[in-house]
Amino acid sequence: MEIKTLNKKAKEKVMLEIKNLHVSVDGNEILKGIDLSVQPGEIHAIMGPNGSGKSTLSHVIAGRDGYEITGGRIVFQGEDLSGMEPEERAAKGIFLAFQYPVEIPGVANTTFMKEALNAIRRYHGEDELDAMQFVKIMRQKTKELGISDDMLKRAVNVGFSGGEKKRNEILQMAILNPTLAVLDETDSGLDIDALKIVAEGVNKMRSPERSILLITHYQRLLDYIVPDKVHVLAHGRIQRTGGKELALELEEKGYAEFGEAAA
Amino acid sequence: MAASTNTIEQVQELADDKYKYGFVTDIESETAPKGLNEDIVRFISAKKNEPEWLLKWRLKAFKYWLTMPEPKWSKVTHDPIDYQDAYYYSAPKSMSDGPKSLDEVDPELIATYEKLGIPLKEQEMLSGVAVDAVFDSVSVATTFKAKLEEVGVIFCPMSEALEKCPDLVKKYLGTVVPYTDNKHATLNSAVFTDGSFVYIPPGVRCPMELSTYFRINAANTGQFERTLIIADKDSYVSYLEGCTAPMRDEHQLHAAVVELIALDDAEIKYSTIQNWYPGDENGRGGIFNFVTKRGICKGRNSKISWTQVETGAAITWKYPSCILQGDNSVGEFYSIAITNNYQQADTGTKMIHLGKNTKSKIISKGISAGHANQTYRGLVRMSAKAENARNFTQCDSLLIGDQCGAHTVPYIESKNKTAIVEHEATTSTISEDQLFYLRQRGIPPEAAVALVVNGFCREVLQQLPMEFAVEAQKLVGISLEGSVG
Repeated sequence: MEIKTLNKKAKEKVMLEIKNLHVSVDGNEILKGIDLSVQPGEIHAIMGPNGSGKSTLSHVIAGRDGYEITGGRIVFQGEDLSGMEPEERAAKGIFLAFQYPVEIPGVANTTFMKEALNAIRRYHGEDELDAMQFVKIMRQKTKELGISDDMLKRAVNVGFSGGEKKRNEILQMAILNPTLAVLDETDSGLDIDALKIVAEGVNKMRSPERSILLITHYQRLLDYIVPDKVHVLAHGRIQRTGGKELALELEEKGYAEFGEAAA
Repeated sequence: MAASTNTIEQVQELADDKYKYGFVTDIESETAPKGLNEDIVRFISAKKNEPEWLLKWRLKAFKYWLTMPEPKWSKVTHDPIDYQDAYYYSAPKSMSDGPKSLDEVDPELIATYEKLGIPLKEQEMLSGVAVDAVFDSVSVATTFKAKLEEVGVIFCPMSEALEKCPDLVKKYLGTVVPYTDNKHATLNSAVFTDGSFVYIPPGVRCPMELSTYFRINAANTGQFERTLIIADKDSYVSYLEGCTAPMRDEHQLHAAVVELIALDDAEIKYSTIQNWYPGDENGRGGIFNFVTKRGICKGRNSKISWTQVETGAAITWKYPSCILQGDNSVGEFYSIAITNNYQQADTGTKMIHLGKNTKSKIISKGISAGHANQTYRGLVRMSAKAENARNFTQCDSLLIGDQCGAHTVPYIESKNKTAIVEHEATTSTISEDQLFYLRQRGIPPEAAVALVVNGFCREVLQQLPMEFAVEAQKLVGISLEGSVG
């Protein structure tokens, strides 16, 4: 049972177009004029030191409260996102894998995901899935991703290890089947085995209709997920853009060139 | 007794009553005149053909009631109740003839139930739940009687029990909640009009969930139910009470009494879903739900378990309690209380440990939103003879928004050195992180809040009988509508 949330016109349009984006948080300007253009099917890596504005960028794309756009705009598949609620962006196909996935005590993972998928289906005027139909999809995805069914019954992220939390994000992404996935430091806190599992999951999601934005501090994730483009974000601006070799260069030299000490 | 002289006018008045969202069934009520006095008490007793002893008991209660002050210790505020401005008896007129089956029940009454989602006939066939439906203080239909009679279970309106098994009623009525207990319970003792009676004979496991739906219909009529459940030796019964009420502007007093008696090795599970009209978003109108519920584990190894989901009523004042008299007896209290807008709730339990090795468990989940205020008030008392008694209390509060309040008032009294009492409490809010996380997955804010709250209440929801758990989950969502921006 395939979930049709992919926009058929996705191929023709630019997936994500960010133009001269300025964002302030509590009156402090964090992003100072970002330009970014992502085509359908592309994977872009946004790299940068701590405090460069990476997480701000991911949150502002997802529409979190408290991030004020003071200039510029974000256009997703030809549509300006400003003023759009987070749930509407999600329904239109934007998914954010959280750096710190949030615990929801007492709510089983399956319940949460069924609620989410059905909310998105409702948005598109599609019939809701019943428990049986949903469990089928969930089982299929866990099997593909090599995730144990045990994780489905547990409360969302409660008592999960760091690796389990990140795998759970990937599982959610696989179930919701977004057109644009933003992965915010998904590699942080993962050992090498967990990193491989997560990367494998992301690679399986690669498709000509889907774009992925990888936000990361380290190059090592890019050993497993090869990006089409790499951007260096520092001081709220994209300082350099290049191919996958740029990541390797950063690994060697650090962010010193951009006025930051190597981490 | 100028009882029914004004009836026609009153019915007309009721029909003209303005309301926006509720619905009122136009049934000729046979209503006693407004106000409360000895004549009214006699009128009610006469209407129900009650035995002399019960009338005397009612009158004693009424006289005592006159001397009692309003309970002042709870953390709720309301205007003084004008007891003379309410009706104390109202019965659907067609009841005088006494329907022998559902077919004889006023079709309009049946239609009202259907609006409430209680199609008796359908339930009869599909769900296996026997419903003793209480409509404006008189029970109109009881299903599954035959099946219950087969195993000797008595499940009927209190008035019928007085004819069927007067000795049982006389033996137990008022033994758990005496007529002197508190102002509201005493009022109930004087003017109660109906309610359910349940008797489970020794060794019988009641073959189905027993269920009663209450609904207030006639305007300004206080609802005074009286329920008595006796589980004889080694028996088991699960009882569910659920309520809905139509839209009202005036405050309505609901002062019910429930008494449970569990003999040796018996178990009673009593679940409540309370969804009375809570008043509007500005705190106008709504039901005053002042209820006294108490059970006694009279026998050894007996067990009483209360589960309540309290989402409605303008003011909720109730403390379903257990007296653990029999050795090794067990008392449980699982509670979800949700208050939104200007609702107030002061609720909790009392666990009175008298016997040896008695155990009690209290799980209370309070959710406050809007301008609502809520108090958990609980007493755990370990008496001198309660050797090795145990209590565990967990009391969690969840706040939504920054205008509401949650208060916890646990009383612990221990007179026995071997007794152990544990109390855990937490207060939390729905975090912005949680909301954003859920919304990012496509879930709109209200559904997100409902999901988090359902998770918070899970331990208690799990205690409900399966068929009602789903309803309760929906109710949790509905009661919190409008609680987030």
